[in-house]
Amino acid sequence: MKFSFKNHPKWRELQLTGRLLRQNPTAMAGLIILLVMGAMALSAGWLAPYDPIRLSLGERLQPPGAAHWFGTDEMGRDILSRVMYGARISLRIGFIVVFISGGLGSVIGAVAGYYGGRVDNIIMRVMDVILSFPSLVLAMALAAAMGPSLNNAIFAVAFVMIPKFARLVRGEALAVKEMPFIAAARVSGARNRWIIGHHILPNCLNSVIVLGTLTLGDTILIAASLSFIGLGAQPPTPEWGAMISVGRKFLMDQWWYATFPGLFILTTVIGFNILGDALRDILDPRIRR
Amino acid sequence: MYMIPVLFGVTVLVFIISHAIPGDPAKMIAGPKASRQAVENIRKAHGLDKPLPVQYVRFVSGLMKGDLGTSIRNHRPVTHDLNDFFPATLELTLASIAICLGVGIPLGIISAVKRNRLPDHFTRVFSVFGVSMPVFWLGLMLLLLFYRNLGWLPGSGRLDIDFSPPVHATGLYLIDTLLEGRPDKFFNAASHIILPAFCLSYVYLAIVTRIVRSSMIEVMGQDFITTARANGIAEAIIVLKHAFKNSLIPTVTITGLSFGELLGGAILTETIFGWPGMGKYVVDSVNYLDFPAIMGFTLTVSLVYVSINLFVDVLYAFLNPRIKY
Repeated sequence: MKFSFKNHPKWRELQLTGRLLRQNPTAMAGLIILLVMGAMALSAGWLAPYDPIRLSLGERLQPPGAAHWFGTDEMGRDILSRVMYGARISLRIGFIVVFISGGLGSVIGAVAGYYGGRVDNIIMRVMDVILSFPSLVLAMALAAAMGPSLNNAIFAVAFVMIPKFARLVRGEALAVKEMPFIAAARVSGARNRWIIGHHILPNCLNSVIVLGTLTLGDTILIAASLSFIGLGAQPPTPEWGAMISVGRKFLMDQWWYATFPGLFILTTVIGFNILGDALRDILDPRIRR
Repeated sequence: MYMIPVLFGVTVLVFIISHAIPGDPAKMIAGPKASRQAVENIRKAHGLDKPLPVQYVRFVSGLMKGDLGTSIRNHRPVTHDLNDFFPATLELTLASIAICLGVGIPLGIISAVKRNRLPDHFTRVFSVFGVSMPVFWLGLMLLLLFYRNLGWLPGSGRLDIDFSPPVHATGLYLIDTLLEGRPDKFFNAASHIILPAFCLSYVYLAIVTRIVRSSMIEVMGQDFITTARANGIAEAIIVLKHAFKNSLIPTVTITGLSFGELLGGAILTETIFGWPGMGKYVVDSVNYLDFPAIMGFTLTVSLVYVSINLFVDVLYAFLNPRIKY
């Protein structure tokens, strides 16, 4: 058989994943939700009917109607526009956090699993310590220590999420390092660092993708919670959690204020969770064929 | 025994967060408007001019004596404050656990028995919503519906203002009111706890349901269940006695883990429902950047969390005699 890109095993595997994904209705539902959210975040600049920050005090606290589908807030800003820009912020937080914690956590876990022994013991005890705090509590303490700002909140959430990835990758690394091809790499003179980078980590990628997708949902929830208690995005940033925090004061008379941002958090997180669950089934080599 | 290094690590981490990360802890305690002299005095008084290892030893020896520092906001020892607010949080958490198990286990069992049929689909949708729900938003929506629109349940606090708090026996109003012999007060306290407890439990309810469902499905596929069926034992007895008992270990694990996370979730729930517990206390402290209070809360919660996980480990040995320590 002549070599062609189409016959490359990686490409065929990707095609198989795509086909399984299309056959799975919940996965597609999750994907569609996320694509809509993503499109909204990217095109908020053109699609949003109003400026999300500019005040318009003449239109304070108007109920949902033809001009403002989701109503307006106490400064007369259009809630629909703010929610659309909010998608930008929340998705960005989610991806940055998962990128940092997934990257660091995977490397830490791979090192622990591959070297084993004392290195493993020390690294995993440190991870145990981080895991012995409820995630929201530790993120809150860290964010409070560094001072209330969006970047500090992102750092705090990323820190809390590292052990999740480290644990997962360590477990996989323990299994992968016993495989014959690792021994083969070693006798052909590969150094440890090269083996971790080229063999261990790529073999853990599927599980990391699944956990990353599920963690994106969790991250968005925790980041919104931090903003809600005043430790994340600061007003007037149109962040969903921060909007609910202010909207809470108007809950009894202006129900729309807190309701719509929350609905968007819920929908986005559902998207990540059902896509992550479906991916777990699809990428599991024991189930797929 | 793995507890000891973990507990040591927990104190180190809290110490690092409280002493090493903030630019200047003395300034933090003194507040933004304090003069340089005042900051220096605080630095001396709290020993913050000493090297970090020395500060750590002082910090831990304070902990041993139950000293978590003094609150910046009300100048009371943080331990006293947490002591006052702990019972309310405990009551809320226990009520939530009761809902989690009381509703989550039956839902999980039904879902497993009627696998891939209508009740199962319903339960799965219910639990996807649960794990994706922003707790604080759910609380607001519950308030909007049951307090504002329907007027069925009260919106905040532990008791109506026309009732005086019950005599302090356990600190749990649901028990104290009964000890006092005041059923009217008991029902009032119960009506106050329903919304926050449901709000707090929903996420973990979803998790418990999922775990019970999947472990039941696994057990139901095993040989001894087939044998029991072949022996003509009633299906209900098979499900409840044979299968459920064997699916308990994952359920207990997840309940233990949830208990700690519930303490975290209480931060949001208590704030929404004006529930005077540790969670509301810490959010109020965050607004003042009352650092000793935040750290005291963090440390307390993690100690409770670690102890519960230890308790769960011990419980395994009772549930499954094959596990020995």
